[in-house]
Amino acid sequence: MNSAAGYTRVAITLHWLIALAIFANLALGSLMTEMAISPQKLRLYSYHKWLGVSVFVLALARIAWRLTHPSPALPLGLRPWERMAASVSHALLYALTLAVPLSGWLFSSAKGFQTVWFGVLPIPDLLAKDALLADFLVAVHGNLNGLMVLVVTAHVAAALKHHFLARDPVLARMLPLVRRGG
Amino acid sequence: MRLPVLCLPVLFIGMLTTGLPVANANPLSLDLTRSQVVFVSRQMNVPVEGRFQRFSAQIQFDAKRPEAARATLEIDTASIDAGSPEASAEVIRKPWLHTAQFPKAIFVSSAVKSLGGERYEVSGQLTLKGKTLPLAAPFTVKSQGGSLIFDGALTLKRLDFGVGDGPWNDPDTVANEVQIRFRFVAK
Repeated sequence: MNSAAGYTRVAITLHWLIALAIFANLALGSLMTEMAISPQKLRLYSYHKWLGVSVFVLALARIAWRLTHPSPALPLGLRPWERMAASVSHALLYALTLAVPLSGWLFSSAKGFQTVWFGVLPIPDLLAKDALLADFLVAVHGNLNGLMVLVVTAHVAAALKHHFLARDPVLARMLPLVRRGG
Repeated sequence: MRLPVLCLPVLFIGMLTTGLPVANANPLSLDLTRSQVVFVSRQMNVPVEGRFQRFSAQIQFDAKRPEAARATLEIDTASIDAGSPEASAEVIRKPWLHTAQFPKAIFVSSAVKSLGGERYEVSGQLTLKGKTLPLAAPFTVKSQGGSLIFDGALTLKRLDFGVGDGPWNDPDTVANEVQIRFRFVAK
């Protein structure tokens, strides 16, 4: 169980794996779309899709874990709007870790490109090839990523505020290498 | 040597009686709207379907004498749809099909044999990007509403024809094997 003081190792590991994958894939996504067509570009697109599917799977695991292992309580003394902001941004992050990969997969299908996870596991196409739908889904994928960048920025800023200004254990209890009491 | 004009009618009658040239002079007429030349390439192990929009085929086929069948296929290489606008714009360039210099891909059959039932095999020469190599493809022939439907498939290696040179000469990104499926509807 996540104790009142901290998260379990599983929750911490999933959190940082997903964080790493999201940062890597945001960078990969912006880089690959700027490139001229080349074998490297095709490879990066595949890596981006593999990583995106991985985020989706890890996010499912994280949400399942969270549902069975409640998070530690927020520190006392937070203002109501801060509590509200914390739960809304956390809910958005969970939703986006699913929605961003989903929109990417759907847009790839609509473009006529199946996703084959790690080049091994073909993921069935839910959508048939459709250029108009693909253009719409590209915009959806882009906008969801814009929202992701905003929410992640707020999430990081809030964690730093807790650590350096409020000096509470909110950030420390999610760090893997920090000794946790209790 | 020039044949005397008087010999021509004799030759013509001779052709009629042997029957052979008559059978050969009977190409089927192709229904282009129902015919297709489709290919599947694999990019990072993802199958991507494409097609050629413009082609023509001369087919002579008589199920009673399949060994006398003949086929010539001419593909307009610049009519390629490689699965996406980006890919189509890329594959007409010099490293791939170089359609400016090689506007046609041509297959000419040399033999057709029966494999039993409605199954046959055609062999011949494919000229693609200036290279000519032998090729064989199994196909079936079905009769439907007065038309003949020829369905076949084969796999060729793009690098044998120099398709995808230079940086693309790496079969791990775009596989060497390209599966080709054809359907010709003719009567």
